Amino acid sequence: MPQVTLAVNGTSHTVEVEARTLLVEVLRETLRLTGTHVGCDTSQCGACVVHLDGDSVKSCTLLAVQAQGATITTIEGIAAADGTLHPMQEAFREYHALQCGFCTPGMVMSAIDLVEKHPQGLSEQEIREGLEGNICRCTGYHNIVKAIAAAAEVMQGRAGTLASAAE
Amino acid sequence: MYDFTYHKPGSVADAVALLAADPDAKPISGGMTLLPALKHRLNRPTALVDLSGIAELRGVRQEGDALVIGGMTKHYEVATNPLVMASIPALARMAATIGDTQVRNRGTIGGSLANNDPAADYPAAALALRATLITDRRRISADDFFLGMFTTALEADELVVGVSFPIPQKAGYAKLRNPASRYAMAGVFVAKGPGGVGVGVNGAAACSFRQVEMEAALTAAWSVESVAAVKQSPDELNADIHGSAEYRANLVTVMAKRAVADAG
Repeated sequence: MPQVTLAVNGTSHTVEVEARTLLVEVLRETLRLTGTHVGCDTSQCGACVVHLDGDSVKSCTLLAVQAQGATITTIEGIAAADGTLHPMQEAFREYHALQCGFCTPGMVMSAIDLVEKHPQGLSEQEIREGLEGNICRCTGYHNIVKAIAAAAEVMQGRAGTLASAAE
Repeated sequence: MYDFTYHKPGSVADAVALLAADPDAKPISGGMTLLPALKHRLNRPTALVDLSGIAELRGVRQEGDALVIGGMTKHYEVATNPLVMASIPALARMAATIGDTQVRNRGTIGGSLANNDPAADYPAAALALRATLITDRRRISADDFFLGMFTTALEADELVVGVSFPIPQKAGYAKLRNPASRYAMAGVFVAKGPGGVGVGVNGAAACSFRQVEMEAALTAAWSVESVAAVKQSPDELNADIHGSAEYRANLVTVMAKRAVADAG
């Protein structure tokens, strides 16, 4: 069986996989990183989004062997070592940007990539278009958009705290 | 998904040799179409030949009056490449509307062209811009490349190495997306280039095609009114639960008007 070596959330793992094994299966079933969800399994819903070498991708539509040698960040890897939430996670909590929470890991990972690719800041329209690959079926997108806008202010240094980002 | 053998060659020659040695092997670029198809067991390749390790397939360069984009260049890279944005901004804008961010971070221009999905965006651009497909063994004009639904002039072991777009004076694109799937119900790419005016239509029929009546009208006078006067025939257009052939025929004219407006 093929072997793949992946650097996941800062730790290198070498695992044996079938060629057909999906990256999300390695993350969830082998590495037990079950924060990455599988919603639709047809690359539409975005619950499985992780970062592959810094870009957001749908891990249900990627073979593990295609990720050989890659650096992967999942929802488990974005908080600080002391447990301090990433500003995006904190903003989702602060702005009630989740209800059932199923889509949240993918939303957060897509949102971080979106903010990082727009260092000049984001309009509401750009945030909404940037979430095209993520589907939420309960909260609705409004608070998610507000959370991302606030987190972007903090991540990009225009606001010191989420509270001041709202002003 | 059925299991298969996985290869990751480092050169085009090695990839072609792997494909030639096994008629049931398939190349995989971004995999944004192939992997969902494999999950549905619509296809059973014995081996996948991953093209992502071939450095010569990546990147954008100018060659004379044309822009040459490597086959493994991702949609996101096309959308944000300074050379594409400066020379053929309509192509960059179009690439920015393919799928979603995560698809654009994986999907490639060569994969899209070789797959020839009827609703894919690049085939319309290739037709309108009079592009030339560069393979490992020959050059094929876009007119001769797209043969039918998911069918191209490529041999089973032939790879799209790149695509050469003559730089146009102006170009524009517009599509109406299906609200659920986000695939184009109809899209129209218009261009005024060194080879003349081109109008490529995607999404509306089994295969992208050139709308020659609109090309003639735009050649006579480049304006929104010119294409507005051209009625697309519904014959051989797609008809499904999302829209009738007549609806799509009307959309072609509407999208052509918007594309000309987009081109300026």
